[in-house]
Amino acid sequence: MSKTGHLFVSADPEKCVGCRICEYICSFEHNGVFNPLRSRIRVVRIYPTINLAITCRLCEDAPCVKACPRDALTQSEENGAIIVDEDKCNGCGWCIEACDFGALTLDPDKKIVMVCDLCSHREDKKPQCVEWCPEEALSLTNRVILAQKARIDAVEKLFKAMLPE
Amino acid sequence: MYGYAGRILKVNLSRKTYKTEPLSEEFARKYVGGAGFGIKMLLDEQPPGIDPFDPENPLIFAVGPLAGTMAPTSGKYAAFAKSPESNFLGEGYSTGFFGPELKRAGYDILVIKGKSEKPIYLWIDDDSIQFMDARHIWGKTTWETETMIREELGDYYIRIATIGPAGEKLVRVASIINDHWRAVGRTGLGAVMGSKNLKAVAVRGSHDVEVADPDGLKEHCAELYEEMSKSPKTAKYRTLGTPANVIPLNEAAALPTRNYQSATFEGAELVSGEYLNEHFVVKIQGCEACPMRCEHIALIQEGPWKGTAARIPYEPLMAFGPYCGVDRLEGVIKAKELCDKYGVDAISTGIIIGFAMECFERGLIDEKDTGGLELRFGNYEAMVAMVEKIALRKDIGDVLAEGVKRASEKIGKGSEEFASHIKGVETTGYDLRGLKTCALGYAVSRRGADHQRHGSYGHDLSGKVDRFKVEKGRGRLVMEDEDVYCIFDALIICKFSRRLWDYERMARIYREVTGIPMTGKELRKVGERISNLGRLYNIREGLTRKDDHLPPRVMNLPIPSGVAKGSYVSQEELDFLLDDYYSTRGWTREGVPTIEKLKELGLEEYTYIVEPKLKREAEK
Repeated sequence: MSKTGHLFVSADPEKCVGCRICEYICSFEHNGVFNPLRSRIRVVRIYPTINLAITCRLCEDAPCVKACPRDALTQSEENGAIIVDEDKCNGCGWCIEACDFGALTLDPDKKIVMVCDLCSHREDKKPQCVEWCPEEALSLTNRVILAQKARIDAVEKLFKAMLPE
Repeated sequence: MYGYAGRILKVNLSRKTYKTEPLSEEFARKYVGGAGFGIKMLLDEQPPGIDPFDPENPLIFAVGPLAGTMAPTSGKYAAFAKSPESNFLGEGYSTGFFGPELKRAGYDILVIKGKSEKPIYLWIDDDSIQFMDARHIWGKTTWETETMIREELGDYYIRIATIGPAGEKLVRVASIINDHWRAVGRTGLGAVMGSKNLKAVAVRGSHDVEVADPDGLKEHCAELYEEMSKSPKTAKYRTLGTPANVIPLNEAAALPTRNYQSATFEGAELVSGEYLNEHFVVKIQGCEACPMRCEHIALIQEGPWKGTAARIPYEPLMAFGPYCGVDRLEGVIKAKELCDKYGVDAISTGIIIGFAMECFERGLIDEKDTGGLELRFGNYEAMVAMVEKIALRKDIGDVLAEGVKRASEKIGKGSEEFASHIKGVETTGYDLRGLKTCALGYAVSRRGADHQRHGSYGHDLSGKVDRFKVEKGRGRLVMEDEDVYCIFDALIICKFSRRLWDYERMARIYREVTGIPMTGKELRKVGERISNLGRLYNIREGLTRKDDHLPPRVMNLPIPSGVAKGSYVSQEELDFLLDDYYSTRGWTREGVPTIEKLKELGLEEYTYIVEPKLKREAEK
């Protein structure tokens, strides 16, 4: 664990346009086919103008892990990702209910849970949704960095208002 | 097969039966998808010469080989039927999220024939096809329908293509709406759907879409994504959007204004892309698999229509703005919202209202007809009220719902002279009087007045040709535009990205997705084949040279002011352009493809359509 906490994929609602390219690349990266049902990141659009891609936020003390009656889920100490033990999971879906973001889904074939693995199978460890998002709406970040950014933005805004050019 | 789903679904609403047929590789290669599939199926499935509201008129949905992959802008689908506006080819394209879902459900083509006794909607859940009771949804808006079906079926990711009340009432400019406000807008296909008592098609697909060359496609997509999201070649669509056209078209005196009375609009600034974006656009969002994203959402933030949001591209903005003499964007936005909710084509509806405004100002119709509306140019409140009257067939709206051609025939008193349509389909946002290459494109377009089958205004506006002149070679320009646009419509990819593509690149992405060894040269041939297929269909349904016409105003009323002042297209000029175009196409003087041409394109099976015409022409 880095000093600032585990990194996860976060979408900026102002930048996300709802194009679902993240879903396409996620299923392509993991399964070699295109299918949003295989994607570990899913896009929500609420008309007229709300768009947001959602995936696992690597909660501290993750509720999905606690909810699993078969101890099939564990959280990686190395990068904080949720690891699914495919032999133990029976697809009961308690973890899905426990997740406030709908970040876990069932694999359409295996009927066991799947969740963002941060593309840790890749040598470069780069989550492909972040790499491919044409709007640069997705970033690999953590709560400390998000708070820092918000703070800096707020202060910049404040001083811009106070000191007009 | 890669890319393609490999299946055709044929549904009969009268008998409540369905069957699937395999899509052969030979068929796929010959017609590619979208436009190729749709026109081919219509030719083969529709009994010749029937009324568009005959249950045997097939309503066809088709996707392209790229739908459901990450190929950029591939999230499109097309719909086809005999058009109740033109009695010729009905054809429209929409984006959003519906098309790829149909592919994932396992179908490249959906053919719907027959007529249900009671209102129903079709529920396609992969291999499960159900005919669902829609009596409780009949009469609802497209937005209500989408919500009700999703709730009823219990899945918020189901995609729905639906008609609104206008389609139910057989309004001849009715659209099919999917994903809130994406539309198969033109040629009245929503009315064909309504004539079948078919409220909606709901789709859920769970199948994978596999491609032949994953690594190649990925590399190609990386290039395309970069260009689409950053290149100046697509910048217009990413920044101001197509409403950026307003100012340059006004300066060029090519902005249809007040029912074609003028080609310049003094209120252009107030309905410009710049003004729209500064005062109303709150979000730009995208369709499925599109790195270009162009959907400009305008929100009315104060006044009686506060909270109204609509997707505003150039064409409806032109129709409800300059064409109706309206310089209030609130009116444009509200009118467009109502079009999407009631399910009418926003372009045609605006053109019809512009026509009705002129009828009103000339005293051909009055307040008794309009239900008390002072329907004058510029009266944006009356315009908005009239959208509803057309969609619901209230008052004079019942006549106007027939489209300008039929409405002018009914109103009479010389109104035919200012009814702006080609083949019964209302004109779109380019004043043809001073864009003569474009005028040819419109005259011969297979779905009536249309800029989307050729895009030939490009030559005129860029100054590549003298736009006020006719000369040999314009026929070739239009033909080449049409043929390449056929491939955009077959793959189906978005024409907003057109400057990034040529035949070679299109063939490359086709190979990567399907594994079929397509070349740029062969694809060019496919484009020509589809163009001819459209012509064959129209000829079979009765089209002759005189149907390749221009609206009376384009030929009789010179542009009154601006840089194009005095320009119009004479009959002599139109004849010259048609002769040039037909001969370039290898068609006869009457615009009929020859037997040799059909052989060259592998369309010998349609000899029966041209033979009697060729014989008659030879006897003359």
